[in-house]
Amino acid sequence: MPDRPTAAVRPGQEHHVAPLEETPLAAVDAVDEQAPPTSLWADAWRRLRRRPLFLVSSLIILLLLVVSLFPSLFTSVDPRFADLTRSLQGPAEGHPLGFTQQGTDVYSRLVHGARASVSVGVIATALVVVIGGVVGALAGFFGGWLDAVLSRFADIFFAVPLLLGGIILMQMLDTRNSFTVALTLAVFGWPQVARIMRGSVLQVRSNEYVTAATSLGLGKLKVLLRHVVPNALGPVIVVATISLGTFIAAEATLSFLNIGLPPSTVSWGGDISRAQTTLRTDPWVLLWPSIGLSVTVLSFLMLGDALRDALDPKGRTR
Amino acid sequence: MAWYVGRRLLQMVPVFFGATLLIYALVFLLPGDPVAALFGDRGVNEATAARLREQYNLDEPFLVQYLLFIKGALSLDFGQSFTGRPVIDLIADAFPVTVKLALVALAVEAVFGIVFGFLAGLRRGGWFDSTVLVLSLVVIGIPVFVLGFVAQFLFGVKWGVVNPTVGSDPGLTDLLLPGVVLGALSFAYVLRLTRNSVAEGLSADHVRTATAKGLSRPRVMTVHVLRNSLIPVVTFLGTDLGALMGGAIVTEGIFNVPGVGNLVYQSVIRGEGPTVVSVVTILVMVYLLANLAVDLLYAVLDPRIRYA
Repeated sequence: MPDRPTAAVRPGQEHHVAPLEETPLAAVDAVDEQAPPTSLWADAWRRLRRRPLFLVSSLIILLLLVVSLFPSLFTSVDPRFADLTRSLQGPAEGHPLGFTQQGTDVYSRLVHGARASVSVGVIATALVVVIGGVVGALAGFFGGWLDAVLSRFADIFFAVPLLLGGIILMQMLDTRNSFTVALTLAVFGWPQVARIMRGSVLQVRSNEYVTAATSLGLGKLKVLLRHVVPNALGPVIVVATISLGTFIAAEATLSFLNIGLPPSTVSWGGDISRAQTTLRTDPWVLLWPSIGLSVTVLSFLMLGDALRDALDPKGRTR
Repeated sequence: MAWYVGRRLLQMVPVFFGATLLIYALVFLLPGDPVAALFGDRGVNEATAARLREQYNLDEPFLVQYLLFIKGALSLDFGQSFTGRPVIDLIADAFPVTVKLALVALAVEAVFGIVFGFLAGLRRGGWFDSTVLVLSLVVIGIPVFVLGFVAQFLFGVKWGVVNPTVGSDPGLTDLLLPGVVLGALSFAYVLRLTRNSVAEGLSADHVRTATAKGLSRPRVMTVHVLRNSLIPVVTFLGTDLGALMGGAIVTEGIFNVPGVGNLVYQSVIRGEGPTVVSVVTILVMVYLLANLAVDLLYAVLDPRIRYA
């Protein structure tokens, strides 16, 4: 850029504008040209680590992951070992939370139950992000008839409420395990991600750098994968985190109705369902898995809320 | 307006057929014998199995089966339960109770959600706002059956304020506790929605104009801010019916409310697959129709939608 012609300084005007080195603005304006540019992610991280909501929820989730990966670190009692002579007894040496009606250890079942919830949540969310992400990205990026077909297809699945669809599908399945429950939830959960991804891709697609990449001769698929998708992921990550929480709650509800995970799998939903018969006399047996479940769902919701503030400037609640 | 209604009705047709076809395909196209699966963990009773095969026309090609099912559904014929009563009769008996319960839940979530959301939105970032926001997250985080048991134990068993379970033919007061539990989840969503909507409305141009022309603050707040921020809330209440139905299955089961949800709950527990599938299919249809109704109501409330 050529030097700007310096405007002629008229008499009396020179003292209105202080020289740059004398104003406090100089300090603000000093941009380190060598520093790498702040990316969307670095910016989000800077915003996130100051939020107590984020710190608390991610610590809980970290603990939850450790518990579900290595439950034996926290208890050495077999969650399936039933001693009917100790049915519904209170806390005892080595059994801090007492016993269920079947005489199994409440604390051990609380610890071992985390794995069922976390694995269903993680598998379902992974499926939903992959299916919904691909469908949404294709619909948003290519538009036209592909968008019309994919969007109407998603509408059909979106029209069936998650729990109602889940009840029908689980009723029809012979094999009930973490994977089939996750699959069932994913079948009715993916359209939400697809809608978010489509909207996000539509927005990113109209940016100048996408036009630039296209005009430089980059293939359509490459533009989509290298430039559009990475920048459109923010809102999807937010919705995926919140979905993880809702999937865990839905799994527990299905297990509570006895059509989710089988009784042989240690799960919070199943434990709550079995404890309801003794609610009036021994409420604590029901209380502990309920607390485990609620804290888990809540921490994913809180993480999603914090991530929304950081990643999705439009939905920012301030 | 007529154009909007017509377009919306047309959009509804493929979704309606698609969703029912989807459910039908899930039930009858999955590998394995669907009739055996309908019996769940129980053994197959040959007489009932034969009746089911006839009822669902399982010897016909799949699409014919589906069309016959839709024909039956449109003439309100959903077959019979294991006890031999027509499913539609069971639903007709249970439906008024569920409607009552849903009305209590809707009233709870709408009144409390809007009032608290409005107050929080007026002072965004204040202590009331922050407390209410965190509390609403907690409410959203607690699954409905956990909330149901805690409420049942505290109010019904420990303090004895209400009956822990509701018997047959319940009145509105009997349904208060289950209604509050059912409405709690959506209450939190309504609150957050109203709060954001009010907070945004406060800085809208029309609100500044209303203040500038000298209207009193209460009038500006209620007529200009609150009323306009209710539009997204109304839409939410419609789409929320789906969650309300799922929640009703659990809530009615816990509190023994003799409604449609309890019908599903008991059928699931007893392993009566065909009844579960029929009733839930009807619920999905009701949900689709209710959404259509809300969309039309939305157009009445917000002229921008009509002319878009």
